[in-house]
Amino acid sequence: MFSFLIRRLLLIIPTVFVALSFLFALFFVLPGDPATLIAGGANRTPDPGVIERVNERYGLNDPLGEQFLNYWKRTLQWDLGESFQNRRSVNEILGEKAVNSVRLGIWAILIEILIGISVGVLSAIRRYSIADKLTTVVTAVASAVPVFVLGFILQYALAVYPNKHDWPAWMRLRTQGLGPDTWTLFFIPTGETWRYLVLPAVALASVSTALATRMTRGSMLEVMRADYMRTARAKGLNERQVIVRHGLRNAMLPVVTLIGVDFGTVIGAAVLTETTFSWPGLGSEIASSVISRDLPVTLGLTLAVVLAYTVINLLVDVSYGWFDPRIRFGKGSKQ
Amino acid sequence: MTVLEPIVPAVEVPSAPARSLRGEAWRRFRRNRMAMVGLAFLALLVLAAVFAPLITKYTPIERDNSAFRQPPSAEHWFGTDKIGRDVFSRVVYGARVSLRIGIAATTMALVIGVVLGAVAGYFGGIIDTLVMRLTDVFLAIPYIVLAVAIASVAGRSENSVIIVLGITGWLGLARIVRASFLSLKQLEYVEAAHALGYARTRIMFRHILPNALQPVIVYGTVLVGSVILSEAALSFLNVGPQDPTPAWGLMVSQGKGDLANASHLLFFPGGAICLTVLALVLVGDGLRDALDPKLT
Repeated sequence: MFSFLIRRLLLIIPTVFVALSFLFALFFVLPGDPATLIAGGANRTPDPGVIERVNERYGLNDPLGEQFLNYWKRTLQWDLGESFQNRRSVNEILGEKAVNSVRLGIWAILIEILIGISVGVLSAIRRYSIADKLTTVVTAVASAVPVFVLGFILQYALAVYPNKHDWPAWMRLRTQGLGPDTWTLFFIPTGETWRYLVLPAVALASVSTALATRMTRGSMLEVMRADYMRTARAKGLNERQVIVRHGLRNAMLPVVTLIGVDFGTVIGAAVLTETTFSWPGLGSEIASSVISRDLPVTLGLTLAVVLAYTVINLLVDVSYGWFDPRIRFGKGSKQ
Repeated sequence: MTVLEPIVPAVEVPSAPARSLRGEAWRRFRRNRMAMVGLAFLALLVLAAVFAPLITKYTPIERDNSAFRQPPSAEHWFGTDKIGRDVFSRVVYGARVSLRIGIAATTMALVIGVVLGAVAGYFGGIIDTLVMRLTDVFLAIPYIVLAVAIASVAGRSENSVIIVLGITGWLGLARIVRASFLSLKQLEYVEAAHALGYARTRIMFRHILPNALQPVIVYGTVLVGSVILSEAALSFLNVGPQDPTPAWGLMVSQGKGDLANASHLLFFPGGAICLTVLALVLVGDGLRDALDPKLT
């Protein structure tokens, strides 16, 4: 187990290194130079003197190799630099956006776990019932709807329409931004904030919930055919114990993998949801920084996301051992 | 003299069940009603894309200066957008954009994925490690960030979207093909081919690949759907094809501000994306079940 952990941790280093170096290199292939951007935006022609000072300040005149080395030297000390656009420190931006992303992500994952697993299990137990068929159709549709289209449907049905038709105030949800941004225990919205949280959380959770439902259903169906399920019934356990203790725990392995991967995606790559609902999170910040060529912001936030992503994947792998004690890590086992 | 004629059996000997594997798969596919619905929709979509000029009254860029943001009517079936263009025509022509990008990018991803997967699985060792680490690196960067980054380098056009989706779409394929090759290369017929002295590329692509193709076909179908989804997402984020191009994602993005007063601008192109992707998912599911009878 220990050597497995070490091996996996060591593997993270080259992966992260190559991924970020790739992004770094990509930016110097981009047309236009960052100095122009800092000195006044792409649309204006800035004073050449200003450009010179900017290049000096950010070391953009150095040979590319040197810039690359300096970048890694700074990054290894977690000095992520400052934004080209507004000179804010990337660490500060990261802290601010990450909090929003994690809050939204937690709710999306909670929805995925609660609805995905319970609907999947019910659908497997009552296979071929109307509810099961409905689940199959709904999940297929949900995985085909782009998040932004679903987002607009939700906005229309639950915010625009109720407002147009004077529904009672408590039924109206909000579509843009964070709202009053008040929270207790980090992630529980208080006051009016929940009105702003509901729609983006549902939209963000939709695709992964559909996938989790399908996967739980499939995996449960497979497990329910197993001999040990018959044994469990034969030795007189009641149906609930059979399903939950013997069935569900064994069926959870692929679902846990999926949810783990989703956690990374939901936090770092919720670009579309965040854009649709103007939720100021990491994903949309990375996307907009890429478009405006704000290199330090892109690299800094991506580094954080990639690290979080790989660490979560590692935790998921480790959790396999708990769900299926037959899995042993280390000597003699692959992976 | 009577010639004794051999008694010919009156009943014809039934010929051996001559259904080919492919025919068998098609028979199973046809029984899947959802998959057939998906296939029918795709056929319609292709026809609409090919014969777009015949079924639309307007061109997708033609402006009607007396009709801005009009709701659907007999004249404009899907209404008009904010500069007076016919939304129905734009959605129909948009099918061309989506199908072109979907097919071209998937083909590119298929070629890269199959070649890298085959090479990794067949040769193993250091090549295998390199290819697999490369997929790790690509998987470590959130997909949409990677796509946006490459797209902003490649420029904002249809071709660059194809390149972006092609060079980011092969990861899953490479893994699937590699896994098939790992098990197939140990079979006797491959050994026989070696003994006959065939070239390694010939063994890889003529002998092993055809047997590893089933999951590739299924995955490829689903990939067309996800490529179309990603294309819509990139257009939505404004790093895809630019304005006059009737790309569905771009149309949704342009209709963003009109949710309250002209929601048809969002729902028709959005609906087109959903239906197309759904049809591809259904066909993919049907193919999987038809090609692999073990599963159901």
